[in-house]
Amino acid sequence: MTSISVSTTINGDDVEFLCNVDETLLDVLRNRLGLMGAKEGCGTGDCGACSTIMDGRVVCSCLVLGAETQGREVETIEGMSDGRELHPLQVKFIEHAALQCGICTPGFLMAAKALLAAHPDPSEEEIRFWLAGNLCRCTGYDKIVRAVQDAAAEMRGANA
Amino acid sequence: MRYENPTTIENAVDLLARSDGPAYVLAGGTDLLVRMKGDDFDAELVVDIKSIAGMDQIVETAEGFTIGAAVPCAALGEHGALVAAWPGVVEAANLIGSTQVQSRCTISGNLCNASPAADSVPAMVAANARARIVGPGGARMIDVADVPTAPGKTSLARDEIIEAISLPKPDARSGDAYLRFTPRTEMDIAVVGAAVNLTLDDEGIVQTARVVLGAVAPSVVVVDAAAAALVGNKLNDATLKAVEAACTAASNPIDDKRGTVEFRNQVAGVLGRRAAEIAYGRAGGTQ
Repeated sequence: MTSISVSTTINGDDVEFLCNVDETLLDVLRNRLGLMGAKEGCGTGDCGACSTIMDGRVVCSCLVLGAETQGREVETIEGMSDGRELHPLQVKFIEHAALQCGICTPGFLMAAKALLAAHPDPSEEEIRFWLAGNLCRCTGYDKIVRAVQDAAAEMRGANA
Repeated sequence: MRYENPTTIENAVDLLARSDGPAYVLAGGTDLLVRMKGDDFDAELVVDIKSIAGMDQIVETAEGFTIGAAVPCAALGEHGALVAAWPGVVEAANLIGSTQVQSRCTISGNLCNASPAADSVPAMVAANARARIVGPGGARMIDVADVPTAPGKTSLARDEIIEAISLPKPDARSGDAYLRFTPRTEMDIAVVGAAVNLTLDDEGIVQTARVVLGAVAPSVVVVDAAAAALVGNKLNDATLKAVEAACTAASNPIDDKRGTVEFRNQVAGVLGRRAAEIAYGRAGGTQ
């Protein structure tokens, strides 16, 4: 199988990699670039543990070919904090104990980041529908929803 | 397996035509990549159509809307004029999958995947949508209804690609709607889907109607008897009862763990009636 040369942007950095045709973005992130934050839960787009943001839209990186990222802008959980300064969503997930085992957390954070970029003041219903593609088997979701609401409020305040 | 991302549709068609093994068109990939991970998947070629100019565009023209084959469904819901013109088509498209899937999935892909339960297809068929198909001999337009022929099968030749879906400009007093039943509130596949598109005269009497069911037969079912019950009438109880009965009668579903035949037949009637009520309201009719 011939390798494909891909030039893309990940968390603001120019990145070049080689990948096989059937390698997904998730495979590339984890196995070639050492970015282990995105998790493989189902591998079929059902669980959201591999959520990343591509050109401003949250996607399941298991349903994107590595080759498709040519010329695009990819954001992963590794780029969420500003150095050691956590993103408000990360802070609120910790404060609200919106995680237990943590496998789903990077995906939830990326999906929630995309939500707040599009809808700075979402209703609880909007949050629950937006995050319906992210599965969590620990928290029962309620703490996650509260954390997102709290982070949204803080981010609105910071931007006011 | 090769990956190609041509920049013209002619080049894409040529790649498909010259392929000497199974070849697939890649738009959003939300169905194709899942299949690629299966043990029995075999492909010589994947043609990514997203580098082709215009594929990711929604264009509003005097005739209506042209939706490129690579436009993600999320973008349909963000297009104010399209939402205003065809709210039923957009709500059907936006029901597919999760937020993550919405970022990638397309109505052209939903059509070509040819699932009997595809949400956007009944709504597109009700809206008289047409598909622009490009092959080695050039382009042709066909009704969306004529694309899926059986579960997983389409009428397209192996070297043909849907370039865009066209929706007509809706009449002044018209409205469309799509409803589906799923056991969960989201992230689920339709057990029954029902789409209605109708136009009214100044008195609120239905002039034209299209009633289409999904997930209750191998392909979508256009329920002419339900449309006939609507045309010439206002949306009174008798009309709605006739619509419901016609939808139940036209329903021809399978029996599985997600719904029995009896259940699906009944729900087809209920959703057909409710979708008619929503479409009627959107058209400006008052019951």
